[in-house]
Parts: sequence; C-alpha cells; structure tokens
Amino acid sequence: MISAHDNKAPADLAVIKEQILGKYPPKVARKRAKQILINEALENETPEITANVRTIPGIITMRGCTYAGCKGVIMGPTRDIVNITHGPIGCGFYSWLTRRNQTDASAPDAENYMTYCFSTDMQDKDIIFGGEKKLELAIQEAYDIFHPKGICIFATCPVGLIGDDIHAVALKMKNKLGDCNVFAFSCEGYKGVSQSAGHHIANNQVFRHLVGLNDENKPGEYKINLLGEYNIGGDGFEIDRILKKCGITNIATFSGNSSYDQFASAHTADLNAVMCHRSINYVADMLEVKYGIPWVKINFIGAEATAKSLRKIAKYFDDPILTERVEAVIAEEMPAVAEVANQVRPRTEGKTAMLFVGGSRAHHYQELFKELGMKTISAGYEFAHRDDYEGRHVLPGLKVDADSRNIEEIEVSPDETRYNPRKSEEDMEALVSSGLDFKQYEGMIPDMEKNTVVIDDLNQYEAEKMVELMKPDIFCAGIKEKFSIQKLGIPMKQLHSYDSGGPYAGFRGAVNFYNEIDRLVNSKVWGYLKAPWQENPELSATYVWE
Amino acid sequence: MLLRHTPKEISERHALTINPAKTCQPIGAMYAALGINGCMPHSHGSQGCCAYHRSALTRHYKEPISAGTSSFTEGASVFGGQANLLQAIDNIFTIYEPEVVAVHTTCLSETIGDDLPQIIDKATKEGKVPKGKHVLYANTPSYVGSHVTGFSNMVKGMARVAESTGHKNGKVNIIPGWVEPADMEEIKRLAALIGVDIILFPDTSGILNGPLSGEYKMFPEGGVTIAQLRSAGDSIGTLALGEWCSADAARFLDTNNKVPCRVLDIPIGLKATDRFVDALRIIAGVSVPEEVTHERGQLVDMISDMHQYFFQKKVALAGDPDQLIAMVEFLVSIDMWPVHVVTGTPGKAFVARIKELTADLPFEVNVKADQQADMFLLHQWVKNEPVDLLLGNTYLKYISRDEDIPMVRWGFPILDRVGHQYFPTVGYKGALRLLEKILSALLDRKDRDDPEQSFELVM
Repeated sequence: MISAHDNKAPADLAVIKEQILGKYPPKVARKRAKQILINEALENETPEITANVRTIPGIITMRGCTYAGCKGVIMGPTRDIVNITHGPIGCGFYSWLTRRNQTDASAPDAENYMTYCFSTDMQDKDIIFGGEKKLELAIQEAYDIFHPKGICIFATCPVGLIGDDIHAVALKMKNKLGDCNVFAFSCEGYKGVSQSAGHHIANNQVFRHLVGLNDENKPGEYKINLLGEYNIGGDGFEIDRILKKCGITNIATFSGNSSYDQFASAHTADLNAVMCHRSINYVADMLEVKYGIPWVKINFIGAEATAKSLRKIAKYFDDPILTERVEAVIAEEMPAVAEVANQVRPRTEGKTAMLFVGGSRAHHYQELFKELGMKTISAGYEFAHRDDYEGRHVLPGLKVDADSRNIEEIEVSPDETRYNPRKSEEDMEALVSSGLDFKQYEGMIPDMEKNTVVIDDLNQYEAEKMVELMKPDIFCAGIKEKFSIQKLGIPMKQLHSYDSGGPYAGFRGAVNFYNEIDRLVNSKVWGYLKAPWQENPELSATYVWE
Repeated sequence: MLLRHTPKEISERHALTINPAKTCQPIGAMYAALGINGCMPHSHGSQGCCAYHRSALTRHYKEPISAGTSSFTEGASVFGGQANLLQAIDNIFTIYEPEVVAVHTTCLSETIGDDLPQIIDKATKEGKVPKGKHVLYANTPSYVGSHVTGFSNMVKGMARVAESTGHKNGKVNIIPGWVEPADMEEIKRLAALIGVDIILFPDTSGILNGPLSGEYKMFPEGGVTIAQLRSAGDSIGTLALGEWCSADAARFLDTNNKVPCRVLDIPIGLKATDRFVDALRIIAGVSVPEEVTHERGQLVDMISDMHQYFFQKKVALAGDPDQLIAMVEFLVSIDMWPVHVVTGTPGKAFVARIKELTADLPFEVNVKADQQADMFLLHQWVKNEPVDLLLGNTYLKYISRDEDIPMVRWGFPILDRVGHQYFPTVGYKGALRLLEKILSALLDRKDRDDPEQSFELVM
C-alpha cells in the first residue's frame, strides 16, 4: 500500500534535486543531473546512473588520484615490500602512514616497512634530464640498507610526462639484485578519473609479478582469499579472528595486513571471497580464469551480513563439519551483538544517515545502520562504477570512454600447470541451483529504500545542500568532509579511516559501531552550539543592583 | 620496534630519501592562500594533489579546508590544462562565490609548462572572473625547494597585488611566515599593544581556528583583504619574519613598491621576540608598553626558576628552516643543547646559521639541510648520540617510542594532538607555552624514571 506520505516524497526529492542543480552553470547542471538519481526502487528495474566519469574542474570533489589508489590503498598495507615513490617528495609524504591500515608484524623476524616513507625526491634537474639514473640508484640504496624481498616503484605525474621508463629500470635492478623482486606501477595521478584506476593498475601488477610465485602447500582447511579488505582500524584482524574460529584458512588478504608471501601463495586458495567489489572484482575474475578458483561476493560489515557471508563460504565448501562450526560460531557471537544492539537501538531507532564514501562502503555500512534501526536516506560512491550501483548485469553494456581505455586490462588464460577447477561443472551447477551465487553483485541501488537519493562523486556544495535540505542525523564520508559537516551541528563519521575507531567489521566490529554511532548522534556537544544569551536574547526583566 | 630496520651505521645516500623532513610546495601555497579573506585556494594539477593537501591540512587543524582542483586527465596533461583551469575558475565563482581564487601550480602543470598569468588573463577577458573579484597565482613546482618554498611563493603572489599611490598609509606590513593561526593572533596582539598599525599577510587566524556554532561558513571572517594587500604598497615598511617563508615577498615590495623591509627571525623564544618587539618600537617611534615588558619578565622568570632542568639537556630537532633557527637560538639561550638538526628544505645558509648559533657550545652540532636530511638520518644520529628530547612534527613519535625519548610536538604537521591552533608559540607568551611543554615532557620522564628513594614531590 502506498501512503500519502510515500506519494509526496518523490516530488519533494525532485524539488531537492532541482534546487541543487539550480546553482550550477547549465553545462555542469546537465552533467550532474545524470549523477544524481532519485531511487524509486522499482521492482528489478533500477534506473541508470552515470558513474566513473571525469570530475568537473573546480567543483571541490571528494576524489583523489590514481597514485593514491595504487600506492596508498592497494600497496600501502603490504608490510614487507619497500615501496619507493618516484617523484617529487609530496606524494610519498602524504601517503605515509595516513590511511590507518594496521599490520601485524609481531613475529620476531617480521619485516615491516609500512612505518617508512621512501622517495626519490625528484629535483628540477631530474625533471629536465630524466630521473631513471636516480631511481636506479635509489633502488640500490634501499636494497643495500634493507635487503627486502620486494621493492615496488610508483610513478607520480611528472614521471609519465618526462618519459622515465620505470619498468625497464625495475627489470634491470631485479636482474642485477637477484634475490629481490623489483617491479613498477605506472600510476601517474592524471590517469583515469579517480583512485579506481590506481586500484586496477596496482592489482594488475600484483597479479602479474607476485601471485603464483609460491606453490608450497599451505597448511589448513577450507582455504580462501579475502579480496578487497584493507584492515582499516583492524577490520581484517576481526575477520581473521572469526574465520579462524570457524576453521577457515585465509591464505591471502588483498591487501590488508598482507605480506609478500601471501600474495605469492594466493593461487593455492580454493575460494575467493570478494569484499570490496569495486577495487578488486577483476582480480577475482583473473584468478578464476588462470587458476580455476571461483569467487563469491561477501560482506563482513554488519553482524547479519557477517553471518550470511560465513554461511555462504560454508555452503561453497559443502562440508557438514564446517557448516556446523560456522553455525556454532554465529550462535556464540550473536548474543553479545544483540545485547548491545538492544541497548543502543532505543536511542538510534528512526534516525537517518547519509553515506558518501568509497567504492563499497557506502553500500556495506547501510547494513550496520539498518541494524541500528536507522534509514539511509542518501548515499553514493566516490569512485565506483555503474556495476557497483546497479549490479553486474550492466557490465556488458558499459561504455568504455577515453579515460577507461587507458587503464590496462590484462588478458589471462588458464595456467599450464596450475589451472585446476576447484569444483566440477556439475558441482558448481548444484551449488548455483541451491542458491549460491557465483560472480554476482547486485550493487547498492536495489538495496536502498524507495525515496532515497543516490549521488555519484558528491562534491562540497552538494554535501552541504543535502544536509541543509534533508537534515540527516549523521553524515559519513572522509576527512576532507568531516569538519564542514560538523560545523553545521551534524555528527560526521569518517568511513575511510574511521576517525580513530574500529574495527567495525565482523561481530565485535558491529558492537563497536553501534556504540560509536550512539556516542555520535547522542553526544551532549550538539546541545552546546548556542550560548544561553543567543538562545534567549530578550531580557525578560531589568535587574537593578542596589 | 616500529622503525626496526633503521641501522645505527650511517651509509651515505645520494638518491633515496627516507622519512622526509619536508613535503612539497603546493601545500604551503594552499595554507598561505587560506590566510586571505574570502579566498578559495585552487590546485592546478591532478585531483590527488588537492585531496592530499586538503587532507593533511584538515588533519593538522581539525577544521574544514576547502580548495578546488583542475582535475587533470591524461588529455589535459598532453594538451595543457588551460581548458580545465578556465572551467574551474568559472565553476568556483559561480558555485562557491569567493572574493578571491588563489591558484597554485603542481609538478604536473609545471612540467607541461602551463602559463598561469596568460590563462588567468583569458579567464578575465572571457568574463569568468566576476567584477570586483580577483584571481591570484603562484608557481609552485613540487620538484624545487619544499612546502616552505611554496608558502613563500604564494605570499609573494599576495605582494604582487600591492599598489603604490604615492601616499603612505602609516602602516607596517608584517609577513608572519608559516606560523599557526594562534601565532598570527599573537603577533597582532603584540603590535596592537605596542601601538603599531599593521597589515598582516597571510593571516589564518579566525579561519583555521573557528568556533562550532551550528553554522558553516566556507569563508569566515578573518584573513587579509585584497584592499589591505593593495594598500601594502603604501606602507612605511615591511617586517618579514623568517628568511625562507617571508623575505621574498618583502624584498619584492621593497623593489617594486619602494617599501623598505627588514628580515627578522620568527619571534620564537626570548631573543627573537626581543628583536621583533624592538623593531616594532623603532618603526612606530613609541616606547614599549609596560605590559609587554612585564610579559618578557615572566618568561625570564620561568627560565630562571626551572633552569636546572633545562641545563645541558640534549635535543634533536626536525622541522623547517625559519622555525629551527629561532628554536635553536632559544634552546641555546636557556642552556639546552641542540645536538642534531635536520630540515628537508635545502639551504646552505641554514646550515651556516645553525653553526653560528651553536658556535659557543662545547661540541659541533650535527646539521643537514638537503634531500637526504631526513628523519631516517636524524634517527641514526640519535642512535649514535642519544638525546634527552625530540622536537618536531608528529612523525617523530615513531623515533620517540622506539628509542624511549620524550618528545614535544612542534611544527607541521601535528596530526595526533591539539592546541597548536589555539595557543601561540611566538612572542613571550608563546615562549612560556613552549617551556611549559618542554618541562612537562622532561619532568614526566624524570618522574617515570626516578628510583623510588629519590622520587621528588617538589620540583
């Protein structure tokens, strides 16, 4: 039944959209109109949104660059590779320890270079005469001091422009050093339209230069890789705790808390569990084609989603022992989650949230808000593509524009010796017919309620306008957006770096998140914004001191 | 250990920088531009530059930092960024309505050779700059100098706005250098106390230490206005605080607008503040008010009261040249021993100045200012010659923890503590705060480490 309120709401949202677009120059308004979508959640018929397109200059975007996606996001969390930024000093400096991806380097002989920033610190003479010699020497100096098993080179904008062949330098040094795997990433900041291109460039090179190098049979049962989990605030630690408790072996996480050897062994896993579809779905595809490992989409954000994901993994392995253990773990973990949810819910129920973050988090975190009884009234991604909004069924029809064409797609074929389909065709079919979806992601939009607004590549102006017009109880985005929103008196939660909190994944993470959102939306501070004399400027009586 | 791979043995490096004691030019330009009233900084380069600078400044100030980017694509990098910048200027003025847009370049736009004055001229001719509004610019190639150079270049960009009418305005220009909003406030307070009418640029006070009131103003009150910058060409003189951050702009005004300048150190510590106050007094032709002399006396009092705890304590410092010079002088003046000093901002003059300031110490100070003068080297120096205190930005906390040495956060960026937005380190009051912080660090450590039989109640 459609209530009068429901009937009215879309019209309101249309007005809101119009109000937002009204301020733009006509050309900008036309472009943004296609990236702002009123979700009417019609049955299986999600409207089309424009995504993964160029940001409009001067609009104050939330987006970063390809280098940030490559060096910062994908390779940043890998502790035992020396990551050298080839360029002027800034890029290396800003990506130095700023992303809160935790790593466990507590083993006595563990290498950990994540606390270091390595750069060739290019100077004007390097720009004029070329930086290859300096890069070569920098690799040698890093090797001589640290003797790492791997050195990665990251290109910054001027490197591509002056034509330094970083791949040739890397190969030369790899051959020269002998016991150090050196490879490079052409992740100049101007490539692509956002961080997303950098994820792709990073993952391609990891796949090409690292995956498959270690054929050693790792101990453990029910071997999986966790793809697209970056261990922000210790999320990966909590997921690993749960997996371990279930008896599931995590061979490699791409790339939270990762190490060189994990990547090298990834082809020995029997299932790929994809967390962040945006940043890594193509690696899952490549691992399947080359090594025969199927993939499923999972999500460990939200207690219910975590339980569902564990069951999905158990279903794939189709072993009563695992299924039983997974159910036992869920039964053991859920009461503590429910207890906190029940405590918090009376204070969060009915409140509203806006989420503008990442390539999957704006979707995944809606789960946690749902568990708090909160509605997501508007959401959008910073750098995702249409399939992340609308589902993978749109993939065949996606337009490849000039910006995407420049980002390499690796052609893979089955590995001559290592290809090994993990399940027979019949088994796969049986699993599919029993309800296990392989290679499937429906995207954010179908999961969102009617009368919500989906906005791609939100900018500063739109953020402010949305808060003003729709008045959410909490707004989630990144550090750049944090304080302009909070100045308005609306609590703001960072969902890139979690402010200083976390983990928010898994069961314990859900508890942390419930408490954090309770703290934020119910903080006393929001009641202090006006001084007593501002709230009550009129003098009700004249006091006379005698 | 967090920096477990740093060896004690120092090997010479020529190409690799590890744990830099600097960052790149554009962020300095962005910070400086935020000190102009109603100004939107704009980064002419890839999106990432702007995102990184905004993030770093936001983490340091815990305040909104708005800035535009030209969002270069591969095409723009090949064909030039003119179309992007023209579109950006149009969009910024239409959507955000600032008074001023301050454009700075990046390594990308510098490498391809985009000509900012020409593009801005074109934007103006095409009507993309509304009447009465302004576009400033600075060239800030990331592969020259450091963030300090970028700050200096944008300040010079502000000086280019100055006009000379031939009538002196009776004011003194003060270029405060890369200091905190609270420091800029303190400089204004001191000048007002002494009775000097000043034009301070840039001035981030009120902009990057704003209140929470339920309102968001992208362009808060505060900052130097274009009218003030114009008028700077008629000032009676310029005091530039810091050779690296401020002198270029002051000399530009000297040459171009015949406004004489004096370059002083940033007034951090007793002696540098003395010279600053003395210079202001002479320029204004007034006596220093008792209130200022009183503040000075309080500082001298604290130095005397607690001298035994400062005496011959060894300090390792990382930071920026202007700040380090003033701080090293301050430390020497209270009988502390700066033993290791690094800055990634290149400059032979810096090394010479530090050597001169430490010439009377009974040892030769380790000082380096180039690409390999980084925190990795500083850490190695500390391993070879341990110190009692670390002074520098947040990144030093890794050395502090590994080597178990107390630290005082000072400089840029401070990502894990607050206070720098609100409490100055310049002037006599700022020096008191610095001493308080240094003492707290040293005495907390003493309290932690003293054996029970000699644990002190009174210190």
